[in-house]
Amino acid sequence: MTLASLSIVPLSPVWYLVLGAFLFTIGAVGLLIRRNPLVMLMCVELMLNAVTLTFVTFGTMLNDIGGQVIVFFVLVVAAAEVVVGLAIIVAVSRRRPGANADDISLLRG
Amino acid sequence: METAIFIVCAAVVLTGAVGVVISRNPVHSALSLVATLFGVAVLFLNQNAQLLAAVQVVVYTGAIVVLILFVLMLLGVDQEDDLADEPIIGQRILAGLAGLALLGSVLVIFIRGGEQVVTGQHSATAALSKDLSNIAQLGRTLFTTWIFAFEITAGLLTIAVIGAVVLSRRPDSYEPIPEPESMDDDTAEELA
Repeated sequence: MTLASLSIVPLSPVWYLVLGAFLFTIGAVGLLIRRNPLVMLMCVELMLNAVTLTFVTFGTMLNDIGGQVIVFFVLVVAAAEVVVGLAIIVAVSRRRPGANADDISLLRG
Repeated sequence: METAIFIVCAAVVLTGAVGVVISRNPVHSALSLVATLFGVAVLFLNQNAQLLAAVQVVVYTGAIVVLILFVLMLLGVDQEDDLADEPIIGQRILAGLAGLALLGSVLVIFIRGGEQVVTGQHSATAALSKDLSNIAQLGRTLFTTWIFAFEITAGLLTIAVIGAVVLSRRPDSYEPIPEPESMDDDTAEELA
């Protein structure tokens, strides 16, 4: 069995999962190779979006509204994460302007 | 029709995602992120999750990305990164290999599973309803089955707001701390 055997018309839901896997991988690789903390935060958002897309697809495949409800909680966690992450970045940048992830590896500002 | 929308959106999503990672300028990364988030919102619509599509656009592109852009402008860190600079030898290659391993293992599961890749029972209590609208059904489930998680969410948001205020508060006795010793290559060598 190969991916090509999944039907395109009508669209098989598995394609959404495949897209989610690609999106998550791009986000993960970006998180590993970029050193600007803001870009790393954006890569985390990419990974979260891949997971929300997968959740909604699971909900569709299993005919369950829970897949969509949990996306709300992911959204809230994403918002909280961004708020705290940006506050840390602002606090660090005040003391060390232009710091990247290597500079702040000691978590001492 | 669904297929055509999916293909267009998948192209937008993946292009935006690659743009986030390879843009030298963080502002361009943020704008690429907007493209990705919009694509995902349309994919939600494609799967009859209308409320989530709206929330995705309002919360993600309207609030989170704007917040990131605000901080970018506030800190003036819009200078371009030097992507050719690779401080940790082999980091890119190892990251790429890790990504390939991750993607490969997930794709193997999809290929082996095919249409039956998602195992589990179809929902008995919270099935997607044909009679109720998407938003009504989501609201009803959120405030009945998931009410405790919802309440805890309120606590999480409060903690996040307080944490942000505490973290970004400028101390009364503000003075830049001296360079940590281990940051300095000379002292690091002396210590070693």
